[in-house]
Amino acid sequence: MTSTYTRQDFQSDQEVRWCPGCGDYTILASVQTFMADTGIPKEDVVFVSGIGCAARFPYYMETYGMHSIHGRAPAIASGIATARPELSVWVVSGDGDALSIGGNHLIHALRRNVNLKILLFNNQIYGLTKGQYSPTSEPGKRTKSSPMGSIDHPFNPVSLALGAEASFVARTLDMDRNHTIETLRAANEHKGSALIEIYQNCNVFNDKAFIELTAKDSRDSNQIRLVHGEKILFDGGTKGVAIEEGRAFVVDVAQYGDDVVHTHDATLSDPSTAFALSRLAHGPHGPTPIGIFRDVERPSYEAAVDAQIAAAREAKGEGDLAAVLRSNSTWTVD
Amino acid sequence: MATTQEPAPPVTDRVKRERVVIRFAGDSGDGMQLAGARFTDASAAFGNDLATLPNFPAEIRAPAGTLPGVSAFQIHIAGSDILTPGDSPDVLVAMNPAALKKNLDDVHPGGVLVINTDSFEERNLAKAGYDTNPLEDGSLDGYNVLTAPMDELTKEAVKDSGVKGREVLRSKNFFALGALAWMFDRPRETTLEWVAEKFAGKPAVVAANTAAFKAGYNYGITTEAFAHTTFEVPAADLPSGTYTNVVGNQTIAWGLIAGAQAAGLPLFYASYPITPASDILHELARHKNFGVKTFQAEDEIAAVGIALGASFVGHLGVTGTSGPGVALKSETISLALMAELPLIIIDVQRGGPSTGLPTKTEQSDLMMAIHGRHGEAPLPVVSASSPGDAFEAAIEACRIAVKYMTPVILLSDGYIGTSSEPWLLPDVEALPTFPTSFATEINHDDGFMPYLRDPDSLSRPWAVPGTPGLEHRVGGLEKDQLTGNVSYDPANHEAMTILREEKTKAVAKDIPHIDVGADADADLLVIGWGSTYSAILAGVLNSRAKGLKVANVHLRHLNPFPANLGEVLANYPKVLVPELNRGQLSRLLRAEYLTPTISFGKMQGQPFMAAEIEAKIIECLEA
Repeated sequence: MTSTYTRQDFQSDQEVRWCPGCGDYTILASVQTFMADTGIPKEDVVFVSGIGCAARFPYYMETYGMHSIHGRAPAIASGIATARPELSVWVVSGDGDALSIGGNHLIHALRRNVNLKILLFNNQIYGLTKGQYSPTSEPGKRTKSSPMGSIDHPFNPVSLALGAEASFVARTLDMDRNHTIETLRAANEHKGSALIEIYQNCNVFNDKAFIELTAKDSRDSNQIRLVHGEKILFDGGTKGVAIEEGRAFVVDVAQYGDDVVHTHDATLSDPSTAFALSRLAHGPHGPTPIGIFRDVERPSYEAAVDAQIAAAREAKGEGDLAAVLRSNSTWTVD
Repeated sequence: MATTQEPAPPVTDRVKRERVVIRFAGDSGDGMQLAGARFTDASAAFGNDLATLPNFPAEIRAPAGTLPGVSAFQIHIAGSDILTPGDSPDVLVAMNPAALKKNLDDVHPGGVLVINTDSFEERNLAKAGYDTNPLEDGSLDGYNVLTAPMDELTKEAVKDSGVKGREVLRSKNFFALGALAWMFDRPRETTLEWVAEKFAGKPAVVAANTAAFKAGYNYGITTEAFAHTTFEVPAADLPSGTYTNVVGNQTIAWGLIAGAQAAGLPLFYASYPITPASDILHELARHKNFGVKTFQAEDEIAAVGIALGASFVGHLGVTGTSGPGVALKSETISLALMAELPLIIIDVQRGGPSTGLPTKTEQSDLMMAIHGRHGEAPLPVVSASSPGDAFEAAIEACRIAVKYMTPVILLSDGYIGTSSEPWLLPDVEALPTFPTSFATEINHDDGFMPYLRDPDSLSRPWAVPGTPGLEHRVGGLEKDQLTGNVSYDPANHEAMTILREEKTKAVAKDIPHIDVGADADADLLVIGWGSTYSAILAGVLNSRAKGLKVANVHLRHLNPFPANLGEVLANYPKVLVPELNRGQLSRLLRAEYLTPTISFGKMQGQPFMAAEIEAKIIECLEA
């Protein structure tokens, strides 16, 4: 599609108010660029957020938007997408918003496969409330609410989404604008719900959480790029990922050759391999998969709702209120 | 008991009664709700006026034969206008000892007991807590006891039908129903046609229920005791027109469809199953051919969020629940109020707090509806006063929500939701319309201002996604009063707080004033709201019949109140406020108008009886 938009068309008149240096700025620029490139009429775009730093996102997008309440954005967006399937509906959430207070709505939106694109800004910390540990913080993390170290075991958001029957699950990095845009595009083309975990640096409360994946000297050895149809190789092709007995692990290509290296297939209907890949790294520490884990076709919720309405009209004709009022037995008094 | 064959007595021998109250009671598995509903339809077809009250246990299935497992259905049939399901039954059908024990105290002295003797054996008697058999120990001497071995007679009747095993005794409710049909001269075809239609595809069940029903009917004809206990309740002289029998959850669903049509909007209903509101979801899910979208959400919070999302994009978003669900939804209701979007929240109230009495009725969520949110969060509250009235109440909630761009709480309750009454069908063509106009144009020199208000209603424009040029953001943060942008300005917050209050108050400009008719000089005003309508009116009419001067007002709008309510209250030396709570409306009236109201509360999970209202009126006037 050719687009007449520029990135500026998607910038609202509101001053962007994240902390200087926040990864959210880069993500906002990537999303605005993607929107302009894609050319979806901006009046058809709706951004919905909950509460948290990331949740201010809709205010900065020159589209329709709702900054709602903590954790509820997937529910509100489900109403939007089900009511008006022709709209392009985006949820912007964070690790606290999506996985803690809003965990229930997230998993149910994913299993229903409502046509929503959920951007989960994971900075592994509560930023807006100034630095408590989040459901993705690493165990032992010392924060104001965990002075002796967090005793919570964290979620792996990709594993969680796969377990929740998500039909599209991906991970990208705030700093990698090209990869972010590429992932947004794939999510947009996917019919149904899509979850994109975006590793996002909070330079104030949790700086350098993803440094292993972004620093020049370590990123090649730690970023495992998942590309559909290609062998999963990284670190200049010297390492690869093999899958054996349902488990994914890193192999040395020089030692074992690349025959043992798994060829990534995001379209497998069984999510087990995608799940195995998601278990390669936590934290993230060490080699971590980035890219689209899963992209499968499944009927989307709002389309099924409309199909039932069409079937009901086909079977019974357009609704006739006068007839409904007479659907119980009636009698006449003269 | 005499079982000799006798010819059926001619209809003229029937005892003429202007009104009769019948209660069907049995174990939860005995099909008493179904028997009651069928008797109701047959009575409606016969032409009686009627009112019903189902009363079933909260447990899905309490142990068979126990007191908590008793399920009952009461119906009041009459030849003249009636208002309530009746205070106490004239006839009690008791399918087991527990049903007898639990309901006997309510029966009129000298009332008729129809008893299934087969269940009065040692084990069931013990489960019900009887030391001796009440059929034998003389404790029922003051009643007119009619007995039938219903298990045995049902088994015999259905033996050729093809039903087997445990299915056989499922038809015994139809035996009881048949016997009652004889006693009250109900048209048989109404029930038999229903059986044929309902169980179409299960010919054995049709045959069994038909056979059991006829056996019960014939048992009435041929059994002397039954034959001498027959009644004639004349057809009622009701306003002319076509009637149907409705329960409130159904009429609310229909009212929402009508309200959405009146507004020219698609209806979107999102709900999480909860007693006693689930039937609204069930009813709307049947009507997808109206374009109605129903969404069974993962929880109460999701349900209201989904409805609000639908409203944001131009549907009429509605969610229905009961008190516990409203508590969970309150944060989202506040968001709707802040974003100024139409949203309807239906609260089919039940006994509370907490899980409380899920299947019993109460009016104890009024304060929550009006005040139960964080911050200064006023919103309009309307109420339904009967199963039929729920239709209009739902339309009114739609009208206010759309016109004023506001969440509206519609209060119903378990009694309205699950009980039935005959309802004169409205002329669909004559229903009100209030077409919605979405914003399509820039409304200000500086661009689109989503919070630029209509000076009269104080409502803001509704610009829905898909409209080019009107892209804007709403949200829970305080809004600038013009641009809708986030504003922390102190003066703006105060101005917006007052604006939201004024907008709710503005609703009073287009709701009808209270008209007390000729009762302006009464000694007492009885004022109520919601499902107490019929009991209060019956109590008022009964006390007027005794020469007392009593005025009656029943409120549809609870926030804001009708504009002249203060003047009306000031007109009476005494104001009585009966409610199924501890005086919530009473306190609101005191706070708003400094009226020294007399609160009359009942907290038993049951509606008022007309006699209770009448006694309280007399007490107030004698005091």
